[in-house]
Amino acid sequence: MKLIMAVIKPFKLDDVRDALTAIGIDGLTATEVKGFGRQKGHTEIYRGAEYAISFLPKIKIEIAVKSNLAEQVVETIMNTAKTGQIGDGKIFVYDLNNVVRIRTGETDADAL
Amino acid sequence: MRNSKISKSLTAAGVALLAFAPGVASAAVEPETAFILNSFSFLINGALVMWMAAGFAMLEAGLVRKKNTATICLKNIALYSVSGLTFYVVGYNLMYLDVTGFIGSFSPFWSADDAAALSGTFDEGSYSASSDWFFQMVFVATAASIVSGALAERIKLWSFLGFVFLLTAIIYPIQGSWVWGGGWLSEMGFSDYAGSTLVHSVGGWAALTGAIILGARKGKYTKDGRVAPIPGSNLPLATLGTFILWLGWFGFNGGSVLAMGTAEAVIEMANVFANTNMAAVGGVLAAMVMTQILYKKVDLTMALNGAIAGLVSITAEPADPTIGMAIMIGAVGGVLVVLAVPLLDKLKIDDVVGAISAHLVAGIWGTIAVVFSDADATLFVQATGIVSIGAFVVVTSTILWLALKYTVGIRVDEEDEANGLDKAELGLEAYPEFGPSS
Repeated sequence: MKLIMAVIKPFKLDDVRDALTAIGIDGLTATEVKGFGRQKGHTEIYRGAEYAISFLPKIKIEIAVKSNLAEQVVETIMNTAKTGQIGDGKIFVYDLNNVVRIRTGETDADAL
Repeated sequence: MRNSKISKSLTAAGVALLAFAPGVASAAVEPETAFILNSFSFLINGALVMWMAAGFAMLEAGLVRKKNTATICLKNIALYSVSGLTFYVVGYNLMYLDVTGFIGSFSPFWSADDAAALSGTFDEGSYSASSDWFFQMVFVATAASIVSGALAERIKLWSFLGFVFLLTAIIYPIQGSWVWGGGWLSEMGFSDYAGSTLVHSVGGWAALTGAIILGARKGKYTKDGRVAPIPGSNLPLATLGTFILWLGWFGFNGGSVLAMGTAEAVIEMANVFANTNMAAVGGVLAAMVMTQILYKKVDLTMALNGAIAGLVSITAEPADPTIGMAIMIGAVGGVLVVLAVPLLDKLKIDDVVGAISAHLVAGIWGTIAVVFSDADATLFVQATGIVSIGAFVVVTSTILWLALKYTVGIRVDEEDEANGLDKAELGLEAYPEFGPSS
C-alpha cells in the first residue's frame, strides 16, 4: 500500500477530487497548510508599511491506495493540479504499513 | 456645548420674537413643549452617542490580533461603565457646578433637580436635569474610548481602568469646566461646539502620553529601524465599528445644539447633521486618494481612520460651515491622518488603531478650522485653548501614567504579550477553535 501526499493550489482541490473519484478513489483527507517553495512569498501593505508574506496558503491532500493504483493516482493529480505556473505544488509517495477501519476493525487492503 | 452660540442666538431670537410678537403669535411653542423637545433631543442624541461605545469596541476589536480580541471588548464595556460611575460621583459637579473659572465643585454625587419644571416654571431653553446629565456622561466615555484603542495589546487591564477612573473623574471634567462649564476659556471666547479639543484631543493627548510611556508592542519596530506591521484580525468588524461611530456622531454633534424647542434650533440641528455627514465623506475620500498616491494601493484601515478624522475635524464647528466647507474641513482631516500615522511610526509611537492621528491631530485641526466659518473666533484664542488644554492633559496624564508604571505597573510581561492578553488576563479566547462545543 502507498500513502500519496500532495501539496496543491487551493483552488484546484475540487478538480483533483473529481478526477480522483472518476478513477475510483473513494476517500481522501485535505488540510489547509502554509509553506514556501520556489514560488517564495509576496509583499502586502498595511497602514503605510510593507511586509512580506513568506508562507503561502496551500492544500495538502492525503490518499491511501493499493500499490498498483499509486502510479495512476499520481498521474491524475499531476494532470489536474497543473497550471504550468510556479507554485503548483509537489506529490510525495510513501510506503504504507498498516491501515485499520475504526468502525469494523478491518485491516489493510480491506480497510481501503 | 454649554454657553455655546445657540444661547446667544436664542436670546437674539427671543428679542426678534418680541418685536414681531403680534404678527407671529403662533410661531413659538408653549414653554412646556419646548422643555419636552429639548429634553427629548438630549435623550435621543445621547443614546446615539452611547452607541459610539459599540463603534469603538468593534473598530478596536477588528484592528487587534485575535488573541487580544476578548480583552479589548472587555476594556470597552468596562471603560464605559467606569466613566458613568465617575461622572456621577464627581465628574459632573466638577465640570458644571459652581465653576469658578478653573474648576467646578468637588461636592460628590450629582443628583437631578427638576423642581422648577415640576412646579410649572419652564425657563427658556430649559430641559430635564437627567437628560442633560446623561448627554454629558456619554461624552466622557468617548474620551476614554480613544485611549483604549491606542494602547491595546500590551497594557494591563486594571492599570488601564485605573487611568480611565482618574481621567474621567478629574482630568476631563476640570478642563471641560474651562469651556462648557463657563470657565476662563469660554469667557475668552474659545469655541469648541461639540468637543474637537475638549473630548477628542483630550483623549488623544492621554493616549499619546500613554503610548510613549507604555512603549510599542513587541516586534512592531525592528532593530534596523523598519516598521513591521501587525495587521488587524477582522477588517469587516473594524468597518462596522466605523459605521457605528459615524451614526453615533449625529447625536454627538447634533445633540450639542442643546435645544430643539424652536424652529431655529431644529434648523441648526439639521445643518449639523448634514455637515457632520459630509465631513466624514470628505475624510474617507481624501484618505483613499492619499493612500493610492503614496502607496499605490488603497488602504481600508486608513479610509476608516479618514472617516473618523473627518468627523473629529467638523466637531468643533458643525453648524456654521456650508456643506462644501464641511467637506473640505473633513478632507483636510483625512489627509492629516494619512500623514500622521507613518510619522508616529517613525517616532516609534505605537498606536494600534490610529487613535492619536484621528482624534488628536484632526481635533487640533478642527479647532483651528472654526475660524473659517465663525467670525467671532480668532486664531489666537483657538490656539490658546488647544495649547492650554493640551498642556494640562499632557502634564496630568504623564504624572498618572508614571505613577501607575512605578507602582502597580502598566505593561504585561513579555510572555503574556506573546500569548495574548485574552489568555493572560481573562483566561479565555474570543474565538475558541478547539473548545468543547466547536
